[in-house]
Amino acid sequence: MTSSESGRGLLMVSPPLVYALLLLAVPLGAIVLFSFWTQDFMTVDTTLTLNNYRELAEKPIYGALLGRSVYVSACVTVVTVIAAYPVAYFVSFHVRPARKSLWLFLITIPFWTSYLIRVFLWKVILGYNGVVNSGLINAGLIEEPLTFILYNVNAVIIALAHAFAPFAILPIFVALEKIDRSLLEASQDLGESKLMTFLRVTLPLSVPGVVAAVLIVFIPTIGDYVTPELMGGAGGKLVANMIQTQFLALNNAPLGAALAVVAMLSVTAISLVLILLNRRWLRGRT
Amino acid sequence: MSLRIYAIAYLVFLYAPIALLPIFAFNDATIIAFPLSGATTKWFGELWTTTALHAALKNSLFIACMTAVLSTLLGICAARAGAMYRFPAKAGIMGFIMLPLVLPEIIVAVSLLVVVVQILDLGLSNWTIITAHVLICTPFSIAILNGAFQNLDPSMEEAAMDLGESRFSAFRLVTLPPVMPGIVASLLITFTISLDEFIIAFFLSGSEPTLPVYIWGLLRFPKSLPVVMALGTLLVALSILLLTIAEILRRRGMSRAGVNDKGGFL
Amino acid sequence: MTPLITLKGVNKYYGDYHALRDIDLEIGAGEFFSLLGPSGCGKTTLLRTIAGFEAVSDGVVTIGGRDMADVPANLRPTNMVFQSYAIFPHLSVAENVAFGLRKRADLNRDAKASMVAEALAMVGLEGYGKRAAHALSGGQRQRVALARALILKPKVLLLDEPLSALDKKMREQMQVELIKLQRHVGITFVLVTHDQEEALVMSDRIAVMFEGRIGQLADAETLYRRPQNRQVASFIGKMNFQSAQVHDGGVEVEGFGMVQLALDQMPEPVQPGPAVVGMRPETLGLLFDGEVTDKRILDGIVDEVVYYGDMTYYDVRISGSDKPLNIAMKNIMGRPVLEVGAPTRVVWDPRAMVCFR
Repeated sequence: MTSSESGRGLLMVSPPLVYALLLLAVPLGAIVLFSFWTQDFMTVDTTLTLNNYRELAEKPIYGALLGRSVYVSACVTVVTVIAAYPVAYFVSFHVRPARKSLWLFLITIPFWTSYLIRVFLWKVILGYNGVVNSGLINAGLIEEPLTFILYNVNAVIIALAHAFAPFAILPIFVALEKIDRSLLEASQDLGESKLMTFLRVTLPLSVPGVVAAVLIVFIPTIGDYVTPELMGGAGGKLVANMIQTQFLALNNAPLGAALAVVAMLSVTAISLVLILLNRRWLRGRT
Repeated sequence: MSLRIYAIAYLVFLYAPIALLPIFAFNDATIIAFPLSGATTKWFGELWTTTALHAALKNSLFIACMTAVLSTLLGICAARAGAMYRFPAKAGIMGFIMLPLVLPEIIVAVSLLVVVVQILDLGLSNWTIITAHVLICTPFSIAILNGAFQNLDPSMEEAAMDLGESRFSAFRLVTLPPVMPGIVASLLITFTISLDEFIIAFFLSGSEPTLPVYIWGLLRFPKSLPVVMALGTLLVALSILLLTIAEILRRRGMSRAGVNDKGGFL
Repeated sequence: MTPLITLKGVNKYYGDYHALRDIDLEIGAGEFFSLLGPSGCGKTTLLRTIAGFEAVSDGVVTIGGRDMADVPANLRPTNMVFQSYAIFPHLSVAENVAFGLRKRADLNRDAKASMVAEALAMVGLEGYGKRAAHALSGGQRQRVALARALILKPKVLLLDEPLSALDKKMREQMQVELIKLQRHVGITFVLVTHDQEEALVMSDRIAVMFEGRIGQLADAETLYRRPQNRQVASFIGKMNFQSAQVHDGGVEVEGFGMVQLALDQMPEPVQPGPAVVGMRPETLGLLFDGEVTDKRILDGIVDEVVYYGDMTYYDVRISGSDKPLNIAMKNIMGRPVLEVGAPTRVVWDPRAMVCFR
């Protein structure tokens, strides 16, 4: 590393860095500060106080919302990652190299197309007169439309698992691609079956990809607002909906800020635990 | 073999909602449900006569264009720095710039809302949305451009300088041509993300809604839903078109750089 | 020798890391000069300070008598062949070779085209101009890199490990071609390599570098026969090292007894006390049945045999020494290959010994 090289590197990285500092670090700091202020009807009282956090702690609804959010995100993460792993494995191991990018392209396309409308369409699929119900009724399997598939937590989980599918597949795929194929041959050469080779070689080596997938699905789902709003019904609302309500409807922005901070801290704490577990796992291996 | 069936079923699951869009867009009924009644193009026709929609579209296009250009410029800086230079705290800096990729969008939205409205006491406008969209699109741009820049031999620019070119013309003559497809791909994808983005736009839009915010408003009124389906069909078609172009360009860039294609955008 | 490149007191620091230490060096016009050393010894850094890609922390670099301190890489009379060749993948072979001619307003298109054709012919790539650069083989890429650098008629051609990416056969072929090319164009070549054979074969002079310093600067034969210190001796070729004691009246070598060494066999000032004596495997020999010698002889036992076809390498234990001696024997007609455990006689000559601290 030369001093002129690092100078040029820093100069080159400074525009995006400064941008991120000004528009990410400063606002994040601001929201933390803001959460210690209070809303006084139309004005904001800038005296520092823990009142917002006290309210969050005392009213059980907030704790319940946060708990439900973490639960839903965890379910979404587990469902998404487990469903995604075989697809990533298939593309990495069973698709000809020339066709791999076509598969990845097909997997990513739905992710880039109008999120709002995609979530709404799940409502069409799962709704009272939806595709599933009308299909099942026409087939004579049920007489009354099923109601447990919309306006509850299950519906939220299905829609989110759908939305974050590529986010789960891609990191696992990358980790699988990195595995030296001769390791698998070595395992079979040493007497292991294909299944045991998968369990003893492929799966352990893909753990970093799985952890990345878990994080990249878990963190953003906590903040999702559209899916619970459209699909969740009264019992399926999550912390993001409450943040939105505090900011835009109830006009108690400091309380919303405190809620956002708490949500952020919970996500960070859970992510850190996962990262540490992953580190320990990797250290145990190498 | 069963893996292949599973993977194809998974793709069907991924595409199922999108596949329904055109079906209902051409369905001659105001209720979005089966059975279908008959074919019509009237919902598309209604799109042409709704002026509020046109205003929202114009806003969204402006925001998406500005976002695409600005985030791609920032992305070029970061991807180049990341791929071609070593500097102190590099991993930390790059990680921080990539952070918006995993940060819940609602956090980005409310924190910027607090700064703009409560602290700076400024009004919301298209520019507040652009500011936030650039923040979340830059990591995507970097992820796309990383592929293009990392395939470059760092001694390539040195070779050009060794042969008499200045630092800037070395970049223009040697680095820019092979990464150009990546840059165009980044422009297209950041454009698509910004055009589709709802949560941030919902919090940060002023009196003029963007297209997704406008659609969100329509979703409350059952009678406007068929129009939303028509609009959605057009948007999805546009997105797929842009993404396909981006993918073709990305692949061309890879083959021009003489490397094997190893995967998709991210 | 008229010096073309001079380096005086050159130092290079990367933060706390001292990459080049007090380098003083003169490289002559028309010389084939090599920088040889293990990875991390600073040889590439030194080459890049000459090219202008690294600024020196301290000291002066001149080329053709001109101080290069304020001359950026693109204005220096040097051109470089990069380790990766750095062939521009989006340009054709001809466009790559013509790259440096862009700013030459004095040349019209035809003149440039004929220069490109000439340069390609010089490296044996006639008719390759229209090919896509990324479709070339390793050897062809290297020729393009050479043509591209030489078309600008630099005073110095810098080559950064140019042969390391090639397979053995190709490498040997290119070594010969590079020597011919250098004689043909007559300019100074400065080559960086970690491959001692490559350096010995091609260079007029070689600077062997360790840890940012020049350990020895000499022609190939001197480096091989009279290494200046133990580091150079062990880096270049194989060498047996025997522990020894220096006395006023001679040197007592473990297993060999007392020997008298000439002044040039002690390149470093050696004080009486413990020292090390080096012998190349081919300066020792085995005496086979029916052969006679006027040199000195020791009894030994064969410990290991490695057969190379033209040569056989023996490890032989001699009494009074723990370490077996490595001895190289040519497999001439009628000479048997000994087996492990066979008794043998070692022929040696004190004039082939070099004593180090």
